[in-house]
Amino acid sequence: MFAYIVRRLIAVIVMLLVVILVTFGIFFAVPKLTGTDPATLFVGKQADPAAIEGIRQKLGLSDPILVQFWHFVSGIFAGRDYSSDGDVVHCAAPCFGYSFRTEQAVWPVLQDRLPVTMQLAAGACVLWLLGGVATGILSALKRGTAVDRSAMTVALAGVSLPIYFTGLVSLAIFSYGLGWVKGDYTPIADDPLVWFREMILPWVTLAFLYAAMYARLTRATMLEILGEDYIRTARAKGLREPVVIGKHALRSTMTPILTILGLDLGAVLGGAVLTETTFNLPGLGQAAVKAISDKDLPLILGVTLIAASAVVIANLLVDLLYAVIDPRVRLT
Amino acid sequence: MTAPMHDTSAAETAAVDVAAGVPAKAIEGRSPWRIAWVRLKRDKLALAGGIVVLLLILVAIFAPLIVDLLGHPPNEFHEDQIDPLFGTPKGSWGGINSDFVFGVEPVNGRDVFSRVVYGARVSLLVAFFAAVVAVAVGTVFGIIAGYFGGWIDAIISRVMDILLAFPQLLFIIALVSVVPNSIWGFTGSGVRMGVLIVVIGFFGWPYVGRIVRGQTLSLREREYVEAARSLGAGRGYILFRELLPNLVAPITVYATLMIPTNVLTEAALSFLGAGVKQPTSSWGQMLSAAVNTYESDPMFMIIPGVAIFLTVLAFNLFGDGVRDALDPKGSR
Repeated sequence: MFAYIVRRLIAVIVMLLVVILVTFGIFFAVPKLTGTDPATLFVGKQADPAAIEGIRQKLGLSDPILVQFWHFVSGIFAGRDYSSDGDVVHCAAPCFGYSFRTEQAVWPVLQDRLPVTMQLAAGACVLWLLGGVATGILSALKRGTAVDRSAMTVALAGVSLPIYFTGLVSLAIFSYGLGWVKGDYTPIADDPLVWFREMILPWVTLAFLYAAMYARLTRATMLEILGEDYIRTARAKGLREPVVIGKHALRSTMTPILTILGLDLGAVLGGAVLTETTFNLPGLGQAAVKAISDKDLPLILGVTLIAASAVVIANLLVDLLYAVIDPRVRLT
Repeated sequence: MTAPMHDTSAAETAAVDVAAGVPAKAIEGRSPWRIAWVRLKRDKLALAGGIVVLLLILVAIFAPLIVDLLGHPPNEFHEDQIDPLFGTPKGSWGGINSDFVFGVEPVNGRDVFSRVVYGARVSLLVAFFAAVVAVAVGTVFGIIAGYFGGWIDAIISRVMDILLAFPQLLFIIALVSVVPNSIWGFTGSGVRMGVLIVVIGFFGWPYVGRIVRGQTLSLREREYVEAARSLGAGRGYILFRELLPNLVAPITVYATLMIPTNVLTEAALSFLGAGVKQPTSSWGQMLSAAVNTYESDPMFMIIPGVAIFLTVLAFNLFGDGVRDALDPKGSR
């Protein structure tokens, strides 16, 4: 077990390094191929060549890509110094560099943005797990009835609706039409009640899409498991139906749901990009979209790294949880 | 559903006929594809989805003709349809009248109907060819990884894992936005669409690759593969003549269900401003324009949203039907 975790953690670190290297490659190589210079992004197109050269030296932009990669990675763990002509700026660990646009350090920006995205993801996740799994189980137990059909129709509609469309429609109805919410983000520290009220729409919008997927998955898995021999055995030995479903069937149903949950929670940033853009939430996704349109490499790298870490860590946690849920799984 | 009942009784009559020695129709073997087709024909929802898909494809192909008959050129401004004071379409319901069946865009008064019709082209072309790219690359690598195993499998599997760990939507936006507007002398929306196809397809192949690899792992141990090998068949022959035909069913299912996801991705990219550029129209781009006007002109938001929804829903219904029909365990 311990050896397994160590081995997986090493794999996680290697994967993250590869992700950084690839991101680096894309954002440094592509502008070179297309003839734009990251240094000009920093100082603006009309700057004089000396200023551009200064920036290039300070940020080490003329170094080979692997050297830049090394400086970036070591900066995360040990901090780094930016120097040009005697000026030395120290960037303390964890150093993710400075934004090309705003010249702010990237790490505080990420620290600022991450909680909003996590609030969004956590609230939505609770909703979609409760709603999706409950609907799926109900549908499976009432297979073929009107309840099942209508639930599955709503679920199919749910997976077919784009988040930004449901988001806009809900804003039009509840913010513009009924005036129940302002449609603005309020930090939880300012006023928890207003924060909660304003987060309901983003949570529900994001959760609806996932709840629909989970309902479909839960229903399919549950139906398959209800046909297994051990369920018949459980019923034959006289267990009451709630115990058969709640204890025996539900446990096996959780395994595939957990797999998907790990992948989805890791990848929730994709959905968060759209939700945050639609609802104007100051989270990582919104920052990323802005950084990309600004071609602000250090900020993009920072967000990518956090997002990729979320994916690999979520996957690792899922694999560990398998062993807890399913006693047949042995981690070696 | 009376069809299955009818079917069994027909089968019984046939059996009786044979038993009675009447020269009945010869018993024909039905290929798996034929069985699937018979099953698909009975699935009303899937058929409805299939018909809508077919209609959409026709709309996309004959877009210029349809616009000629029922609309106005997609980039023609109709300021006479706009209320000069507010910049909103004249009349209620977003300026819908007998001349402009879906109304007009706020401010410049372009015909929403023609823009939706031309938007279908972008949406379907990108979704379809991105799926083709993903399936082609995923199948080749998946089959190679599964068949050869060992270090080849290890490398391909790791690459797939890393690709799946990337925050995909962010990377697609980033890649699409750093690619220049003209490549090898080609310019305009053709280039943008090409880039979208390659990038969306590139991030989609690991999903196909994993499925194909898993299937190949179990298929390569079958007797027919051993038989082919003992008859002296080469690797290429076994891979593409023996294994590939048996992988077509899962690949088909995955490809059909990948298209609606790609439609959503393309729309999301256009929504975030990373898709095709104006004046080429796309549904996501229309929705993002509607963000600023949904309070005064909700129809302009609803029409492209419903277009995306119906397209994705139709593909999902059809894809679900194809999956059920090709499932060898299915009893319907």
